[in-house]
Amino acid sequence: MELFDLTLIWIVIIGISVFMYILMDGFDLGVGILFPFAPSDEARDDLMNSVAPVWDGNETWLILGGAGLLAAFPMIYSVFLPALYIGVFLLLAGLIFRGVAFEFRFKARDSRHWWDRSFSIGSTVAAFAQGAVVGAYIQGFEVEGFSYVGGAFDWLTPFTVMTGLGVVAGYALLGVTWAILKTEGATRDWAYRMAPWLLAVVMGFFILVSLWTPLASEHVRERWFGQASLLWVFPVLTVITAVWVLQKLKQRSDATPFIGSMILFALFYFGLLASMWPYAVPPEHTFWDAASDPGSQLFLLLGVLFLLPIILGYTAWSYWVFRGKIRPGEGYSGH
Amino acid sequence: MDLDPVLLSRIQFAFVVSFHAIFPVFTIGLAAYIAVLEGLFFRTHRPVYLQLSQFWTRVFALVFGMGVVSGIVMSFQFGTNWSTFSYQAANFFGPVLSYEVVTAFFLEATFLGVLLFGRDKVPPGVHLFAACMVAVGTFISSFWILAANSWMQTPAGVDMVDGVLKVTSWGEAIFNASLPYRFAHMGLASFITGGFVVAGVSAWYLLKGQHRESSLTALKMSLLMLAVVTPLQLFVGDLHGLNTLEEQPVKVAAMEGHWETRQGAPLILFAIPDSNAEKNHFEIGIPNLGSLILTHSLDGEVQGLKSVPAEDRPPVGIVFWSFRVMVAVGLIFIGVSILGAIQILRGRLEHSPRLLRVINWMIPLPFVAVLAGWFVTEVGRQPWIIYGLMRASEAVTPSLSGGMVLATLIGYIAVYATVFTAGITYLRRVILTGPPSKADQGEMKSAHAKRPWSAVGDSSDKPAAEGRS
Ligand code: HDD
Ligand code: HEM
Ligand code: HEM
Repeated sequence: MELFDLTLIWIVIIGISVFMYILMDGFDLGVGILFPFAPSDEARDDLMNSVAPVWDGNETWLILGGAGLLAAFPMIYSVFLPALYIGVFLLLAGLIFRGVAFEFRFKARDSRHWWDRSFSIGSTVAAFAQGAVVGAYIQGFEVEGFSYVGGAFDWLTPFTVMTGLGVVAGYALLGVTWAILKTEGATRDWAYRMAPWLLAVVMGFFILVSLWTPLASEHVRERWFGQASLLWVFPVLTVITAVWVLQKLKQRSDATPFIGSMILFALFYFGLLASMWPYAVPPEHTFWDAASDPGSQLFLLLGVLFLLPIILGYTAWSYWVFRGKIRPGEGYSGH
Repeated sequence: MDLDPVLLSRIQFAFVVSFHAIFPVFTIGLAAYIAVLEGLFFRTHRPVYLQLSQFWTRVFALVFGMGVVSGIVMSFQFGTNWSTFSYQAANFFGPVLSYEVVTAFFLEATFLGVLLFGRDKVPPGVHLFAACMVAVGTFISSFWILAANSWMQTPAGVDMVDGVLKVTSWGEAIFNASLPYRFAHMGLASFITGGFVVAGVSAWYLLKGQHRESSLTALKMSLLMLAVVTPLQLFVGDLHGLNTLEEQPVKVAAMEGHWETRQGAPLILFAIPDSNAEKNHFEIGIPNLGSLILTHSLDGEVQGLKSVPAEDRPPVGIVFWSFRVMVAVGLIFIGVSILGAIQILRGRLEHSPRLLRVINWMIPLPFVAVLAGWFVTEVGRQPWIIYGLMRASEAVTPSLSGGMVLATLIGYIAVYATVFTAGITYLRRVILTGPPSKADQGEMKSAHAKRPWSAVGDSSDKPAAEGRS
């Protein structure tokens, strides 16, 4: 045994990166999911402008997740991606269509509504595919040696469709509470009306997933119902947070609903990790089986420990530069 | 017919990476140009620099957007289609690609937001700093990705242990034999691409009698830069080739179209290489010049393709012709940019409509040269994915069926065709609108407080909807 466990450190780093991605791209994908429901074209402009300066940085966490997995847990990278081949294509196609919409929408004349659609469908498909990845992770993979040997559509089951839809709803909740934070007037009124409904849908999915997951994964079943388990803290806290968010929405608070939604996501995410622990490629391989060479983990760790704080620093600074409510005509001025 | 997942994956990879490569080469050069313009404006406060910077930033935003979305596809291609390669090379490849993310992508993405939307939210010095960070980020990014690619060409510093590569020396692996040449050659290619697009668009405005002051400034800046950089590219390219001769002699044999190993080899100008007959048809060459260029001696020995078994040879035709296309374009560039520089020194640039027209025609050529160059490099490496260590046929994802690859290949072609068509349409629109004229600028200043200027937004776009501002 080494002095400190590099693999464990990397689980923490990748875990945080993926979580950063879910929170940050979560709200900007959510804004895309809500796009068709926005009350007016002006509201759509404001929504898009509220994320325009930061979406690229948000998506970079996904790239870090991908590259970081290759570096620290190559087996996850080389099993998940082939197993989810078609799903990954959908995810990428979705991200392409929503990404270019930022630039194209404000340039288009008659075809603007197409880029509205491109933005919302792309965001929704990308969110769905991410949810399906989570579901597929819970389900487990057919692996021989270090390669995936299952079929092209093994990942697509009723369970993964449900987790996919759950993530769409969850991102929409993050998006709508972000809209409350960043907009004013009619757009914010609309967001206040939408939010409680989305919260209800999300909680519905939460209950459904909680009931279904133990059926989909033997490991999770044992974790939850095996010994007296601390895991029950997660659902209890989730319900408390949801009630709190609902109250704050009623009081028309600006920032707390967004913070509350982020806490909800934290609870889902860490609850899931705790249920799956220590499996990286279920049902057989743990994070330690999936790890890369310690020399490689150490080489990257030295740089990441130094650079991650700097990245977090300038990311925070850029959010600070673009703080406050979005004003009409700010960002892209399409009109 | 059986669909071959290896062949289809190669086609898919070549397609998505070629599509991606078009954007970075342009944005790397353009980012540096924008940083220079911002710096000049910061120092001199001459409005022409601001006009140019604002205009080219609009172009930059569009092209960068397409570069980002196509780049995200690239980072997952290794896993989806080449999972065996990814798994076995992960100990080197993973950390290098991750360093690219943490040293470059975050930097670019975050400061891009400030560059595009922050002009009125941060002090001018900070805005200039953001422009510099974006430019620096693009260079750091190309350093890491080229380190990864060069290592696949000239692997070093690794050992195969239990079926996976372990890194024995990070220094040797990252600073492998071909990296310095590839990095220099690619960096210059980016400046050339950015330079010729800026020059081409400016020449077009001058021909149409529009935006005279800013176009003349931009044209002079870019042509003078190009007159230095294009000859330098010939020099660096030659060194690059000599390095390849040392490291990958079979690739050079394919580039030159040499089948037999011999002394005093000719420089072949035209030929139709035939892999089955193992010879060239219709060969036209200059005696001994090949040996002179490659070995710097008239009768130096040059290795031929037949020195290795047929299954270790790359497809010759593509490599041979792509190389000629790249070098021909390079030579044209040297001619055009030196002519341009001469006309500038004689003060006659504006009055040389024919030269201006030629400069305008140059716009697509750097992209042609870049893709041709990559085809030489990548096809010339075949059949290896890691030169001498792993074949592409051993690298492919085992669970992949030909049908799956074909389906996603068609998908990517459809997606990229849509995005590319729209991108070009909107790019045309931005260029037709041109840099803001002086008058616009006055208006822009007075409108500052209530309506910050947008990087991409184009107010003349939708006059009917003016009501809102
Ligand atoms: C870091 C790695 C890397 C980088 C920077 C590039 N490539 Fe590459 N390329 C590969 C890694 C790779 C690969 C994974 O190694 C492939 C897939 C199959 C193969 O043998 O090599 C490949 C194949 C490949 C092929 C097909 C060759 C064949 O199978 O006959 C072409 C035409 C290109 N690439 C073109 C490019 C272009 C235009 C690039 C410009 C950005 C580029 N490559 C950068
Ligand atoms: C084939 C391997 C490649 C992969 C896996 C890859 C990966 C990526 C990714 C993920 C992005 C998006 C980053 C963001 O969100 O900001 C990107 C963009 C970029 N890539 Fe690549 N890339 C490849 C080839 C290259 C090459 C050969 C170069 C240049 C020498 C390059 C230079 C850049 C630059 C400068 C950007 C910034 C966006 C832009 O300028 O358009 N990449 N790449
Ligand atoms: C002027 C004469 C030129 C010479 C002698 C030359 C030489 C070379 C050689 C020998 C290679 C292959 C190296 C290898 O695979 O190991 C190469 C690759 C390449 N060339 Fe050129 N080149 C020239 C001009 C240009 C121009 C004008 C551009 C673009 C504007 C360009 C862009 C590229 C690119 C992108 C590659 C692939 C990346 C790399 O391996 O560096 N080249 N060049």
